[in-house]
Amino acid sequence: MKAVCWMGTEKMSVETVPDPEILNPRDAIIRITSTCICGSDLHLYNGYVPTMEQGDIMGHEFMGEVVEVGAGITSDKLKVGDRVVVPFTIACGKCFFCEQQLWSCCDNSNPNYWIAEKMMGSSPSGLFGYTHMMGGYAGGQAQFARVPFADVGPLKIPDGIPDEKVVFLSDIFPTGYMGAVNCNIQPGDTVAIWGCGPVGLFAIRSAFMLGAGRVIAIDRFLYRLRLAQQCGAETINYEEVDRVVQTLKDMTANIGPDSCMDAVGMEAHSHDVLSFVDKAKQKMKIESDRPTVLRECIQACRKGGTVSVPGVYVGFDDTIPLGAYMNKGLTMKTGQTHMMRYMKPLLESIQRGEIDPSFVISHRVPIDKAPQMYKTFRDKKDNCTKVVLDPWANGVAAA
Amino acid sequence: MGNEKNYSAHNGVRRRPLTRSLGALAGGTALAVYGITRRSPTGYAIAAAGGSLIYYGSRSGNHHQSAPVTRASVLLNTTPDKAYQFWRDFENLPRFMRHLDSVTVHDDRRSRWIARGPAGSQVKWDAEIIHDRPNEYISWRSLPGSDVDMNGFVQFRPAHPDRGTVITAELHYHNFRGALALAFSKMLLKDPQFLITQDLRRFKALLETGEVPTTEGQTHGPRSALVGVLRIADPDRSLRRESKISEVFNQIRRTA
Repeated sequence: MKAVCWMGTEKMSVETVPDPEILNPRDAIIRITSTCICGSDLHLYNGYVPTMEQGDIMGHEFMGEVVEVGAGITSDKLKVGDRVVVPFTIACGKCFFCEQQLWSCCDNSNPNYWIAEKMMGSSPSGLFGYTHMMGGYAGGQAQFARVPFADVGPLKIPDGIPDEKVVFLSDIFPTGYMGAVNCNIQPGDTVAIWGCGPVGLFAIRSAFMLGAGRVIAIDRFLYRLRLAQQCGAETINYEEVDRVVQTLKDMTANIGPDSCMDAVGMEAHSHDVLSFVDKAKQKMKIESDRPTVLRECIQACRKGGTVSVPGVYVGFDDTIPLGAYMNKGLTMKTGQTHMMRYMKPLLESIQRGEIDPSFVISHRVPIDKAPQMYKTFRDKKDNCTKVVLDPWANGVAAA
Repeated sequence: MGNEKNYSAHNGVRRRPLTRSLGALAGGTALAVYGITRRSPTGYAIAAAGGSLIYYGSRSGNHHQSAPVTRASVLLNTTPDKAYQFWRDFENLPRFMRHLDSVTVHDDRRSRWIARGPAGSQVKWDAEIIHDRPNEYISWRSLPGSDVDMNGFVQFRPAHPDRGTVITAELHYHNFRGALALAFSKMLLKDPQFLITQDLRRFKALLETGEVPTTEGQTHGPRSALVGVLRIADPDRSLRRESKISEVFNQIRRTA
């Protein structure tokens, strides 16, 4: 089959690799019909996340049709022919954490848990196509994928809804939604959201769904700010203002937003002096992330407010204003998305016509174009917001 | 509990190197601080000496233990009786103890264990159960005439409140007889703490989910040729070159 492989920093290539096989009783094999490039894949593309290996198959946002199930999966859970969206977090459904609905903290799904434990104390769940530290599972930017614990994660999709409306249930829509849930929004609240990529855009829509009165979105790309405005947000172009934090205070009667969301993560850009220091330190590998946005969230948030962090961080960060965090009595909520909590209710809201997630798509291309799309997406060229790959375009399998 | 004694005996083994390394750390830090505040060449030399002492202190805690730690605990989301029953059937052990090839149970107390030695060889011993308290505790040891002497125990305790079962297991291998058993010991004793922790994590996954999560044998793209050659030449060598931290992790993993 064809698969997008990580061959080194800024080196992606579409390779012909063996088809995946069932390895465990609760596995299933999915024939992928749609798969996407995620903003978090760019961190791997840029080489900032340790424990990637040449030949790793990328991708964690995919959907398709079940073509094979392991002996441990009963037909009431999943059967050949089912059309499913696969969540990017892998969860066993049986451990303490899964029982608490903390699906992305599953205790069993990461076979390389010990690597994550060294860095983080304990290990989150395994993820598709996202480093060996997170399990080393082959990803879904391919024609087929093996899905472990397939009786827990995959969500069945009825016929009649096109892929492009539901494929984002695999990650970014629930991720934006959980980011908004984590904002603890009270009716009429003001929410500031840094980053108007797909997660930020879904977060804007979700914040309004959860009762926000006002959303202020921050980015520097005009086409993304326009999308944010179309979602109902007021916008700040951070390259046009002196200080984002002050602008936010000016816009909120000097109080600050009730909730601040970092939908950017470890590779933030800014014209702030500290961010140049971060960039240098990241290149020298003495700081893993560039936490500019997290700093701004903490500084801007009103006293007693909530900071929500759906943006990805991987390591150890410097100069976080903990003094402001403590003395303003803030709450911070974060985590990889607990997918199975949100997928079904969000599918229902799509079915009711409350939201059509396909509005984020800017590019639909055959899988063979994935390597160049990584670059386009990273460089924010060609108004790139979201890339959906068709693994079967041309209709010919590679192997 | 009958085996609380084991805890204190075990701690006694560890204490000495720990104090030594703490001493080195404290002394090293004091020297370094003193040296740096002098702001003179001699001061810096003293600081450097202090630094190396800190380095030694931080390392000695990990590497100079007088006996390998082979005890691990894990919290299981199941009841003590289920965990006990699974373990009590020793033929289940190879499903989560990776270095075991098979265990054949002869009768209620005796069993034959076959471990995986280097290059496909086998290391064998017969074992008998010494203590068996249902749903609480099992201990065993090898019988005379084995390739290797081994003993171990496992304890099952309910975790409160309703958090499942705490499993504590300990394994000891000693007196390796013959070249094969010695080669086996090299594999086994490289990081026994990591081995037993891995075994218990697999036990937990198996009991909770019915399988051991894995990516072994999954499909992937072309790996680097250099990595392939190095792997054959020296299987113990760490190979990920992306970052130092992953190299360290890889080295540990290779012992598993």
